[in-house]
Amino acid sequence: MAFNRRAFLNTILGGGVIGWLGSIFYPVISFLIPPKIPEANVQSVNAGSIADIALNSSQILKFGRTPVLLIRSKTGEFKALAATCTHLDCTVQYRQDRQDIWCACHNGIYNLSGRNLSGPPPKPLSEYLVNIIDKEVIISKPKQMG
Amino acid sequence: MDKKLSIKLFVFFCSCLSIILFATTVQSQEKAKYGEDDQCIVCHKDEEILPEDFSEFDIHLQTGLSCKGCHGGDETSDDEDLSMSSEAGFIGVPEKIEIAAMCGKCHSDINFMRQYQPRIATDQVQQYHESVHGKKLAQGDTKVADCTSCHSVHNILPAIDARSTIYALNIPATCKKCHSDKEYMAEYGIPTTQYDEYVESVHGVALLERQDTGAPACNDCHGNHGAMPPGIASIGHICGTCHVNNQEYFSKSKMAIEFQRDELHACEECHGDHDVKKTSDDMIGDSDSSTCVDCHEEGEEAYDTGIKIRQSLGGLVTAYDSAATLLKTVEHAGMDDLEMSYAVKDAKQSLTQARTLVHTFDFEQVKVKTDEGKTFVTQALKLGNTQMQDLRFRRLGFGIATFFMTIVLVALYFKIKDIERED
Amino acid sequence: MFKKSAEKSYNWLDDRFKITPLVEFMRHKQVPIHKHSLWYYMGGVALFLFLVQIVSGILLLLYYQPGVDSAYESIRFITTKVSFGWLFRSVHSWSANIMVFFVFVHMFSTFFTRTYSKPRELTWLTGSVLLVLSLVFGFSGYLLPWNELAFFATKVGTDIAGAIPLIGDPIKLLLRGGEGVTGATLSRFYAFHIALIPAVFTLFLFLHLLFVQRQGMHEPEFFHKLPENKKRMMPFFPNFVLRDALLWLLVLNIIIYLAVFFPWEIGVKADAFAPAPDGIKPEWFFMFMFQALKLLPAHMFIMEGEVFGILFFTLAGLVWFTVPFWDVFIKESMRPKIMKLFGISVIAFILILTIWGYLV
Repeated sequence: MAFNRRAFLNTILGGGVIGWLGSIFYPVISFLIPPKIPEANVQSVNAGSIADIALNSSQILKFGRTPVLLIRSKTGEFKALAATCTHLDCTVQYRQDRQDIWCACHNGIYNLSGRNLSGPPPKPLSEYLVNIIDKEVIISKPKQMG
Repeated sequence: MDKKLSIKLFVFFCSCLSIILFATTVQSQEKAKYGEDDQCIVCHKDEEILPEDFSEFDIHLQTGLSCKGCHGGDETSDDEDLSMSSEAGFIGVPEKIEIAAMCGKCHSDINFMRQYQPRIATDQVQQYHESVHGKKLAQGDTKVADCTSCHSVHNILPAIDARSTIYALNIPATCKKCHSDKEYMAEYGIPTTQYDEYVESVHGVALLERQDTGAPACNDCHGNHGAMPPGIASIGHICGTCHVNNQEYFSKSKMAIEFQRDELHACEECHGDHDVKKTSDDMIGDSDSSTCVDCHEEGEEAYDTGIKIRQSLGGLVTAYDSAATLLKTVEHAGMDDLEMSYAVKDAKQSLTQARTLVHTFDFEQVKVKTDEGKTFVTQALKLGNTQMQDLRFRRLGFGIATFFMTIVLVALYFKIKDIERED
Repeated sequence: MFKKSAEKSYNWLDDRFKITPLVEFMRHKQVPIHKHSLWYYMGGVALFLFLVQIVSGILLLLYYQPGVDSAYESIRFITTKVSFGWLFRSVHSWSANIMVFFVFVHMFSTFFTRTYSKPRELTWLTGSVLLVLSLVFGFSGYLLPWNELAFFATKVGTDIAGAIPLIGDPIKLLLRGGEGVTGATLSRFYAFHIALIPAVFTLFLFLHLLFVQRQGMHEPEFFHKLPENKKRMMPFFPNFVLRDALLWLLVLNIIIYLAVFFPWEIGVKADAFAPAPDGIKPEWFFMFMFQALKLLPAHMFIMEGEVFGILFFTLAGLVWFTVPFWDVFIKESMRPKIMKLFGISVIAFILILTIWGYLV
């Protein structure tokens, strides 16, 4: 009887310890597996293959916490600009017919270099770098001075 | 080999030295660019009778147009009887009435001005004659502004020079010299509070405090050389140069037609002129700060529209605030707020657009935007709540771990009891 | 089968390292059983929490990036994107604070049972060093998330260090790595937190444990006076160790509970140019000193109030940590009473000022 009791206790203890270790190691191991976005600070964003981006088109990409407007001009050049209007933080858009950048909130207009042309925006849109690596369009933060 | 190197070094040093020497001489020459041979300046400087506002940086002096250009005389003679004689063409201080024409000799001649700036405007004098200042001067009023009143007399600098009296940031102070002087302006019967009002206005704060040169100074609404109070018809267009959407919405609204009929001053009626303040949602509706109630009375359809617009804006503001608060909570709890922050941003954008659409004075149009904003808020709240639920879901995992731990604890307890009994 | 191979490997090791005496030592080590036995576990809990800190700290190191532009972002990244990152970050924060708490409890329990006296003076001293190091651990770790509260608390904290006469300014400069609290400070605190202090801490912890094992458990006076046959004891191994394990498990579960239900806040990212926010607070274990310094008048005697406060705390710390060396001068009959009174007044002082600090 005493023997049985001890064996039972040992089994429960062993099972409990294994279960407990599992509930400790499961989080540890999943912590070690790198997440999909491997870095805290987004340094670059892949906008996809060149072939998939039409001429005279644009898209808004999420660059970490800031939206970025990627434009492909009629002639095929790429341009990436911060998509946040410098007036009141609305998101700007590319106008295919006029080939300029437009903020719908107060009709602010920028040219394709990000210069504020008319309307209330007080400052130009800041630029992002576009690199083409292996036919993939990669947008990255401009190098900072200093 | 060594010798060769030392010769090379010597030559190098010599050339460095000569470059430095040359550079310093060039610099000193440049410093003495004006006035060396100009006897007017030499003499007036010696006698310390240069004009009070004399500046060596004056653009005319810098480009070679010295005293003689306006005052006449002979700058090559150091004998004042000769140089300042009428034979030498000396005219002394020009009459006020002559000044515009005198500047115009060069400034209205594109063939002459072109050599300095190929695309410079040459219509300043012509515009001046059409301005209130120019017209009054023609009538014999010598108190009004001439070219020198704004551009200064002996310290004329281009408008892009921050030291200039007509640099964007300095313009309000330049106009203020006369227009804020109660005594000076008394006979014209116009207010003198414009500057004080402007300084407190959104435009004044943007220009003078934030130094945003994109913000309008006096001349941006009144014109420069053709300065005039804007007419009723042009007010909308003036504001519309920057506030494009607002003007466009307004000009298409029912209100615009009524305004025209009653000769009301477009934007100014609600926003004021020199004292344009930052807008608030309470400007519409029936609150104390509402401008609608200035004309509309309770019971009118327009009065109700105002209230309805105010309510739909208010509804979105409340909804937006709740989303923004939840966003903060999610962020502080260390949960993923990325998607949510985009939705909140979209809601903010709808609110901004809805506020602009107020100028249509059409409740339906405003409502479309505020409804859109509310869907963004709903979306944001949903995303935020999912995150907060995730936070709670973690408790399930905790439950599992605790379950096993309890088993271990209980088993361990009995194990210890067992061991101690054996002892 | 399992038993056999375990026995085999034990023999293999014993053959080479002679571990039987060690095991014998552990088995014969006795832990007294009496009404104050509970306090024997406090040091063990603190030790366990230190281990939790090491494990969770190493895990966080895998993703943390020091730097003004990355510290806060990487903590956010850990808590939002890395699976169970929130857990380890919260466990690290909670466990750190609870560890300091247990270090204090452990210290006061050894004080009130007067365990520090001969022959355990050096155990007390190494323990004192460990307490100070724990506080520095907390102070340096507090800044690492680079949030607003920590930024300004560090500013104030290092300013206080800077107010020490003569050596204050160099110390401040050394701590901050420059004139102000900047990215350089963050780098330094990071180095202190993950390299310097752990190394020194481990060394002193080793000495501390060595002393404890060598001298065995302290017997309080009343227990010591009992006749040998009336003394109830339990073997250190396995009885005491198993009880230790039981308590550790419980504490770990409480920490996980806290991490799940009360996740440690991340706060707002620090902005060096923003005005100081309301409610800048040091960690709770510095609160009594912070509050005391705040209450002091601007001038005291011939010096600034703050300087006086710093000198006072330095002196008080010295008096406290050298207690085994001066309490022998108190008449033996009076000693228990006087020391008890001293201890209670210290606790009262700390408690009152801490509560005061949080109320105001």
